[in-house]
Amino acid sequence: MAVYEHLYGAYEGESQTAWSRFLVIPRYALRETFKSKLFTTVFILCFIYPLIAAILVYLRHNANALALLQIDVVELLPVDASFFRFFVWLQTSFAFILTVIVGPPLISRDLANNALPLYLSRPLSRTEYVLGKMAVLGFMLSLVTWVPGLLIFFFQASLAGVGWLWTNLWMIWAIFLGSMVWIILLSLLVLAISSLVKWRVVASGALLGLFFVTGAFGEIVNQIVLTRLGHLISLSAAMNSIVLGLFGLFERQTGRVTGRITNPIYDGQMVDIVLLEPPLWVSWLMVAAVCGVCVWLLSRKMRASEVIKSRHPRRSR
Amino acid sequence: MFGKRPILRSLDGVLKGRAIGLLGPNGAGKTTLIHTLLGFHPPTSGTARIFGRDISTNAKQVRAGIGYMPESDSFIAKMSCVHFVRLMAELSGIPARHALERAHEALFYVGLGEARYRPIDSYSLGMKQLAKLAQAIVHGPKLIILDEPTNGLDPPTRSRMISLIRQIRDGGRARILLSSHLLRDVEECCDEILVLKDGCIAANCDLEEERKANRKFIELETRGGNRPAFAEAVGGLGCEYALSGERRMKLIMQDSVEIGDLYRLALEHGIQIRRLNFKRDSLEDIFLKAMENGNGRANDGGL
Repeated sequence: MAVYEHLYGAYEGESQTAWSRFLVIPRYALRETFKSKLFTTVFILCFIYPLIAAILVYLRHNANALALLQIDVVELLPVDASFFRFFVWLQTSFAFILTVIVGPPLISRDLANNALPLYLSRPLSRTEYVLGKMAVLGFMLSLVTWVPGLLIFFFQASLAGVGWLWTNLWMIWAIFLGSMVWIILLSLLVLAISSLVKWRVVASGALLGLFFVTGAFGEIVNQIVLTRLGHLISLSAAMNSIVLGLFGLFERQTGRVTGRITNPIYDGQMVDIVLLEPPLWVSWLMVAAVCGVCVWLLSRKMRASEVIKSRHPRRSR
Repeated sequence: MFGKRPILRSLDGVLKGRAIGLLGPNGAGKTTLIHTLLGFHPPTSGTARIFGRDISTNAKQVRAGIGYMPESDSFIAKMSCVHFVRLMAELSGIPARHALERAHEALFYVGLGEARYRPIDSYSLGMKQLAKLAQAIVHGPKLIILDEPTNGLDPPTRSRMISLIRQIRDGGRARILLSSHLLRDVEECCDEILVLKDGCIAANCDLEEERKANRKFIELETRGGNRPAFAEAVGGLGCEYALSGERRMKLIMQDSVEIGDLYRLALEHGIQIRRLNFKRDSLEDIFLKAMENGNGRANDGGL
């Protein structure tokens, strides 16, 4: 089928391997995404803290530079589990902002333009389609979370020596898994919302609401009832606990209230309450349940054609 | 099956034509049949084979050899047409370096060469239909499924679309399954038809064979003479006949009877033959017959 011949012809050349076809989706989506100035700006901003962290690590191990800048080594942040936990927390917060910008139109645009029959009439399964869309976020969010995290980890290891590396080798897993749990949760959530809501603004609002409204509501419950069980309805709190757990920093008891409380529930009684966070496994369970619901929603919505169920089935003649 | 309601039932047949027309009234199950063949709806029982491959167990391999043009507007937003067609080619398995070339070729082939860098959102309805055709053929499939390809097209664009379909059919490199409720489109493009009614096959026939067979039907318009005697004489030659009105007569010729025999008998009975038509059963007749026959099959047609 040459342009000048204007004839229909079959394709007889080589083919891509079947397993890699779904990667075509993120390649095209990423090209479109980087056309957005807002996204590109935020994406660049995401690398500021990794740069600062790398500079801090470098200064810590460079006596000449420290002497020149007249900085006391002790004053510098220790490069330990807390350092990397903070890194993961900050970078996943940026990842959240990127998800709010990029995620909502990923599926909704295809649904609005009825593009699913086009995708699914190709040798591409529904799972591969969703994986392709997830890969868009997975690739982008990885670049701002665990990839710079591990680069800084190995930078620190190269400066601190093999002893430090062996002692802290477990942190590779914590940085990677902590980031990946965030990435998977955010990707599934935003794709599920995108498959339900056609309007980008509403979808972004829904994602923000899921984290901030549930978080705020959980805190209100905590304050009123004097408990930490409000975190059971807060996705951000659950994720925070998981990341703390991975870095070995999770503390069950995060408060204690003693004395006469002017609280409508306790009404001036003398109380002594130990504030215990929900167990770590509850946070894992909660995140797994949310991911499960998202997968279920996606499996319901990702269909090439809409199935309209009639309440009054037609009688067969 | 949609919910608990079966849409397609007792479908059993072999389709062999180069271009197969899928006909049926609205709600007959045409689009559902296409969607089932593409694996969008898994059949509750039974299966189908396309080029010898089972659609349930080899869905991906089957789809790799199919180009599908959906009925409704389907495209990917914020993309130029050439990128859209290229994406579709890559999803079908063509490597990126060849996909762009194929996309350009397909768009020139359907007549959108000059407009290929424009976003599809800005296309007219006719151009969108042609873009959908381009994405369906870009990977050179062996089977092209076209669902109402001429819907909403103005006459020149429709005729362009029909001519493209006929060109592809005559090229012999791809088979075509054309679903339409426009009998004229099917008649112009297809050599075999499958008529669906209420999810069942109402008719399945080879149009070419049907046309050949229909050459034996003759309609006469006569004047004067003794019509009943003439009719009996024609019957005496072994032809079945039917008189309609005062002047018309329909008959089915036997192989041994020539037209000259009719003129000879007419002369003998003082009949003037004012008009003699080889009455062809049009697709409309076949379709209407199939609809009248309820869920049964209009003819055996190879099923």
